[in-house]
Amino acid sequence: MLLITCPHCGPRAELEFSYGGEAHIARPVDPASLDDDSWAVFLFERSNPRGVHAERWRHLHGCGRFFNVLRDTVSDTIVASYPAGQPRPALSPDGKGTTR
Amino acid sequence: MSGRFRTPSGGRVDRDKPVRFSFDGKSYQGVAGDTLASALLANGVHLVGRSFKYHRPRGIVTAGSDEPNALVGVGADDAHYTPNMRATQIEIHEGLVAESQNRWPSLGFDVGAVNEVFAPFLSAGFYYKTFMWPPAAWKKIYEPLIRRAAGLGRAPAKPDTDRYTQVYAHCDVLVIGAGPAGLAAALAASAIGAKVFLCDEQAEMGGSLLSEKTTTIDGLLADDWTARTLAALAARANVMLMPRTTAFGWYPHNFLGLCERITDHLAKADPKLPRERLWQVRAKEVVLATGALERPLVFPDNDRPGIMMAEAARIYANRFGVVPGETAVIFAACDSAYRAALDLKAAGVAVAAIADLRTAPGGVWVDRARAAGMEVREATVVTGTSGRLRIDSVNLGKLGTDGRVGSSETIACDLLLMSGGFTPSVHLFSQSRGKLVYDEALRAFLPGTSVERERSVGACRGILDLEAVLNDGTVGGSGAAQAAGFAGAANRAFAVDSDSVGSDGFIGVTPHGGDPSRTRAWIDFQNDVTENDVRLAIREGFRSIEHVKRYTTTGMATDQGKTSNMNALGLVSQTLEIPVPRVGLTTFRPPYTPMTFGIFAGQSRGELFDPLRETPIHEWAAAQGAVFEDVGLWRRAHYFPQPGEDMHAAVARECKATRQAVGIFDGSTLGKIEVVGKDAAELLNRIYTNAWTRLEPGRLRYGVMLREEGFVMDDGVVARMAPDRFHITTTTGGASRVLAMMEDYIQTEWPDLDVWLTSTTEEWAVIAVQGPLSRKVLEPLVEGIDLSREAMPHMSVREGKICGVPTRLFRVSFTGELGFEVNVPAGYGRAVWEAIFTAGQAYGITPYGTETMHVLRAEKGFIIVGQETDGTVTPDDCGLGWAIGKAKKDFVGKRSLARPAMTAGDRKQLVGLLTVDPKTVLEVGAQVVADPDQPIPMTMLGHVTSSYWSATLDRSIALALVRGGRARIGTRLSVPMPDGPIAVQPVEPVFYDSKGARLDV
Repeated sequence: MLLITCPHCGPRAELEFSYGGEAHIARPVDPASLDDDSWAVFLFERSNPRGVHAERWRHLHGCGRFFNVLRDTVSDTIVASYPAGQPRPALSPDGKGTTR
Repeated sequence: MSGRFRTPSGGRVDRDKPVRFSFDGKSYQGVAGDTLASALLANGVHLVGRSFKYHRPRGIVTAGSDEPNALVGVGADDAHYTPNMRATQIEIHEGLVAESQNRWPSLGFDVGAVNEVFAPFLSAGFYYKTFMWPPAAWKKIYEPLIRRAAGLGRAPAKPDTDRYTQVYAHCDVLVIGAGPAGLAAALAASAIGAKVFLCDEQAEMGGSLLSEKTTTIDGLLADDWTARTLAALAARANVMLMPRTTAFGWYPHNFLGLCERITDHLAKADPKLPRERLWQVRAKEVVLATGALERPLVFPDNDRPGIMMAEAARIYANRFGVVPGETAVIFAACDSAYRAALDLKAAGVAVAAIADLRTAPGGVWVDRARAAGMEVREATVVTGTSGRLRIDSVNLGKLGTDGRVGSSETIACDLLLMSGGFTPSVHLFSQSRGKLVYDEALRAFLPGTSVERERSVGACRGILDLEAVLNDGTVGGSGAAQAAGFAGAANRAFAVDSDSVGSDGFIGVTPHGGDPSRTRAWIDFQNDVTENDVRLAIREGFRSIEHVKRYTTTGMATDQGKTSNMNALGLVSQTLEIPVPRVGLTTFRPPYTPMTFGIFAGQSRGELFDPLRETPIHEWAAAQGAVFEDVGLWRRAHYFPQPGEDMHAAVARECKATRQAVGIFDGSTLGKIEVVGKDAAELLNRIYTNAWTRLEPGRLRYGVMLREEGFVMDDGVVARMAPDRFHITTTTGGASRVLAMMEDYIQTEWPDLDVWLTSTTEEWAVIAVQGPLSRKVLEPLVEGIDLSREAMPHMSVREGKICGVPTRLFRVSFTGELGFEVNVPAGYGRAVWEAIFTAGQAYGITPYGTETMHVLRAEKGFIIVGQETDGTVTPDDCGLGWAIGKAKKDFVGKRSLARPAMTAGDRKQLVGLLTVDPKTVLEVGAQVVADPDQPIPMTMLGHVTSSYWSATLDRSIALALVRGGRARIGTRLSVPMPDGPIAVQPVEPVFYDSKGARLDV
């Protein structure tokens, strides 16, 4: 069970959270202006990286808030967690932390 | 005396405390401190089970959790029965009842052993080869036969009456294994202040130190040192000692599963105690001190009872005071077997010969054996054994320099001890996803790169010399505490007086000179995998060890190949002539040893298995004799049978009463969300397909919401209570999903919207009063609300009072009749319900359940999300195209509706189906086809989504999703069933009052 740090409440066990898929995929402001292919990319295409993945979590059984996490999909290491709306932090050169 | 094979003195058992137990119905005596295995051996019992596939007689091989053979069922009755327990781990207590497994009618004479005759047909992969033809025979003959023959123990026939608990815990340093390395690590980590948990799967802590006789540590005998160390640890407030606790699983972020066995070893346990406790430990740092397991040697007929691990025999002699035989032959590939031979001889066992695989064994241990008069045969192998239920002789052959096996001699014995060296226990390290590296000198995989915050100490990382082990443990424990944030270091060095047994060993199959296809050299005892099976897999082209494992099943038994993996790997390496690391090692997965289902279930059984949600009116419905159904976690009244009525009759009566007079229905389970804020209407505009801006306060609207992919997600009636306040309802099952989705959008996409969401599902009781007389029932009960047709039209909401309590009164209908839904605070629900029910007596008010609700809505063609929709249905597909606000620029799912596939004319569309024979009721889920005579596979057009007997219409009705369905109205289709096709007519999906005249009253 992952140990996830909610930016608002602190470290908590995974079972307090629900997963919300890849982060930083903004809903287009004017969907009607997108052609079918671009819309399909928004709907269905995800990066699915082998490595650090920015993903959304919600502290469902806690403060209820959505936030973002950088998690290494190979090791499950959580590199950073930050409130929704903030930009993705840059990784430190060793990939084990962020430059902040 | 507790058995012929008990030594007169020595060991850690208490000969003054006899313990009686039974095995296979026969009573035996052991002593306090015995395991079932040691107690049976003390009584001369080696034969304890039959093997998995060939039902070969099998005996006790090891003294620990790596035991592959001695699996027994334990428990006096089926409510306390656990199969597949390792006899080597069971502590005996007065009255223990154990039985052997996988044999019939008895252990000595087992009919299943006939499989031996068929052995040539049961080789690796036989499932895939032999039973392919004829196909029909698989289900009727092969599968039942295999199922009956397969498996080890039997599942108990009664529910487990024991209790299991679960606990979470945190510590700085979790030390796994309380042998010398673990003890030293725990001492060091706790000395500088870390909170330490020290767990060990055995009843007694000390590990290998418990079977040392002459070794001293810091001048103390190993026994005394262990006792003092444990006392010192127990006295420290920051240390928790956890004996009988197996660390079985490693999960991400240093989260470990530990199983503590609490009562199994007690004859009379306090009933307040659970049988087992699951510890879910989050450790800042983990120290793995899991030791090493001795490897068997693989040679022909190496599986007879009486053939066991040399170190296990030493443990039985030194720790349990049991000699496992009278005359032993030793088959050694390392010095530790000599140490065992010397200890056994000291305990009274005659050592007939030591066959050493090595060409020129030497050193202190070999010299001692020779000095003790033992015959050491250099470069000698075991070429075979004999004895049906117990070994009676061993054939030895001389290994030539060319690798050939020369002349043979036969030696009589009742015990054959083998040792191929030690395999470090890297199971938990591997579970933590750390990378293993192969050590050529040790012939072993050792922990390499860590992924989690852990470190290995002692034998599990290939350090075998006791002094080095203790010092490694100190360094590891100290380092772990530092990594967990504690300053200082425990600079302690131990002085040990003992001789090293080195690190020689062997993996693979020892040379035996026999034809591998005619000899039976067992690699995996528990799954009955032989040398020949592995060779066959290689001949058939399997190269990867993962494939060889799955094809032969080696290493796939409940012991996960603790004794077999390295030998299988060695054989593959030998045969393919590629180095071991390139063959690779299979992945270890939790659990380390088999666990009960009980610890994982914990308290979640029976009534506590799942939360149960009941409405405020539940008790009333129960008192009325309602039959309930589960809807998600809710328990809802399904129907209200009167004496003598079945469901069919009750539902017909409830339907008629509601259509003709008035019915009352508990709708409290409906999901409800209060949406408040100046942007509330804007949020609903973006979430629902409908337009909300112009909905006046006091009005209701049916709303549909989509997922962004354009498919119907949920529906419900929305009330505008005020310009900035909406009371929305969702489906019973969809409430939390809808709230989560709306929260997601307002938190992450539109944080600028000024709006709040509050779940009010359990705040409101909802009493639906439906039917032409519903207004008459409610009118006398309300205050400040005019229920008249003019003042309160269909789809409106009023606030006021009913029976003196505040209400949001909806005029809404899911039945097609004049109807109201009375929302009152949940605490008043029961009282208001009863008041309405009493007031309705004069009008024949009839309570109805969910079944009648479904029939009435189906007669009107109202869909149920999740029944008429399945996540691939657009609003237009299910006839809700009218609910889409065409003028709206955007809403969730709108763009997707414009994709070509979503507008295709041959999409499945909702239609009504009328059976040509009105008495036939279709089956929900049945397929709809155009031509019932088409050969199988037919072209399937769609399926029946809802189907009922309509008492109102005196005929059956059904709803279906049918490809291009609306264009097929007026044609004839067919529903093929096992008894023959049923002819149906597609029709408009509204069967009753299609003009809606009954609502406008």
